[in-house]
Amino acid sequence: MEIFLQQLINGLTLGAIYGLIAIGYTMVFGVIGMVNFAHGDVFMLSSFIALIIFLLLTQILGLASIPLALVIVLVAAMALTGLWNFMIERLAYRRLRASFRLAPLISSIGMSIFLSNFVALAQGPRNKAVPSMLDEVFKLTEGHGYDVTLSLKQILIIAVTASLLFGLWYVVEKTPLGRAQRACEQDQTMAALLGVNVDRTVSATFVIGAVLAAAAGVLYMLYYGVVNPNDGFIAGVKAFTAAVLGGIGSLPGAVLGGLLIGLVETFWAAYFSSDYKDVAAFGVLAVTLIFLPRGLLGRADVEKV
Amino acid sequence: MTMEPCSSPLLSIKGVKAFYGPVAALKGISLHVDEGEIVTLIGANGAGKSTLMMTIFGRPQASEGRILFGGTDITQRPTHEIARAGLAQVPEGRRIFPRMTVFENLQMGALNGKSSFAQDLDCVTALFPWLGTRAQQRAGTLSGGEQQMLAIGRALMSRPRLLLLDEPSLGLAPLIVKQIFEVLKRLNRDEGLTVFLVEQNAYHALKLADRAYVMVNGEISHAGTGRELLARDDIRAAYLGSA
Repeated sequence: MEIFLQQLINGLTLGAIYGLIAIGYTMVFGVIGMVNFAHGDVFMLSSFIALIIFLLLTQILGLASIPLALVIVLVAAMALTGLWNFMIERLAYRRLRASFRLAPLISSIGMSIFLSNFVALAQGPRNKAVPSMLDEVFKLTEGHGYDVTLSLKQILIIAVTASLLFGLWYVVEKTPLGRAQRACEQDQTMAALLGVNVDRTVSATFVIGAVLAAAAGVLYMLYYGVVNPNDGFIAGVKAFTAAVLGGIGSLPGAVLGGLLIGLVETFWAAYFSSDYKDVAAFGVLAVTLIFLPRGLLGRADVEKV
Repeated sequence: MTMEPCSSPLLSIKGVKAFYGPVAALKGISLHVDEGEIVTLIGANGAGKSTLMMTIFGRPQASEGRILFGGTDITQRPTHEIARAGLAQVPEGRRIFPRMTVFENLQMGALNGKSSFAQDLDCVTALFPWLGTRAQQRAGTLSGGEQQMLAIGRALMSRPRLLLLDEPSLGLAPLIVKQIFEVLKRLNRDEGLTVFLVEQNAYHALKLADRAYVMVNGEISHAGTGRELLARDDIRAAYLGSA
């Protein structure tokens, strides 16, 4: 029971990170029907940006307060990564949107290779260690031979994820930008006929996706204490799996899929073997898609006409 | 916005050609719509009527010719800017946003940043009161006639100077069609709204319209007042199914 509880906590933490990345896949797919394969690398990029800013603040500028430094890191990483993805969309995808369907997708694979190699060249291909910080751990149960713990980092991850999801929900459901995004998702031509600037809405979608992936990158750096230029690939594939599992195009689906993938992976590693945890995650996807081809919360395409 | 001299039409289309790939869909269309008029464009399936409606909004852009709205050349402008210039379209097939509520559809119609939202909403719900009482219903669950009314209401939310409608009667019960045409007539008479109506339902359209054009294979074949065209035997035979 204690082990179960512990793995539940660990799984949800990991799942929160996957969920934040998965939103970027699902939003872009929803609005322009494209799978952005560079999204995982955007996440990786943000973890490097976060580490660089953190070191800059604490080591060079001598900022003593870690919490303050982390707040600045989070905000700055979100802003810079958003800017990066804005430029990526302008440079690599926008012109290709009018082309055949696979063109932007292939371009995004190229962008993925470029980003991971760019970071590997600029920062070195090896793991970069993150200074240890916020190491407080709280014991939830004690004395049964196995202590269930909840670390400060885990609390932070859940809290940051929850507040960002609330913010996202607000933007998508309650603001003109979110309405324009949903309109573009349902009928781009009609949205344009009503005065929506489709290009700008697509840009905003990429920026929002990147901002959430950036938060995931910061949390990831903090949680695992190490960053690597290849981290984007596997995290990206997992988050994409989460998006498809939840039903691509569905925002709640992306979060649900992320949590499920995180949990499956963690439990599999704890009870069976950590070697095959990725197989377990992808296996769940395969089985789900056999019975629910649109994913867990994907909607039927049938609309009344 | 400054008033144009009365002589210049609100919408004028001059020698417009448009292509879908290599296929010429519009082969040099010229027509005009004056302020305060109801003008209708009738023609058979595939004549290019809907293409003309979309070309006015730049999708596809005219490859030749000019489209002037209120004296301003809008031929090369992007679609969303044309929509902000004072034209609104109720497109073929209604194209309401099915996964949004009725209210959100109306919000989409109001160009964002407009301060007169509450007022415009009142005007639209005065025309179609059920839009107010069923504001939270998902638009995809509405009936065809209701969707058409919502599409018209959505277009009116931007307070357009010119309303373009592409076959609003398509697939609707005669009673609903009558109701919709009455609303258009009332808007034109009471609010001075200029209407450009594309229809296959030629009889109703010609009766409603001040002037009419007939389109055949991407070209204008006849023009005249609604009454004149209704009286012509060849038009009656071709579009009204009676000699």
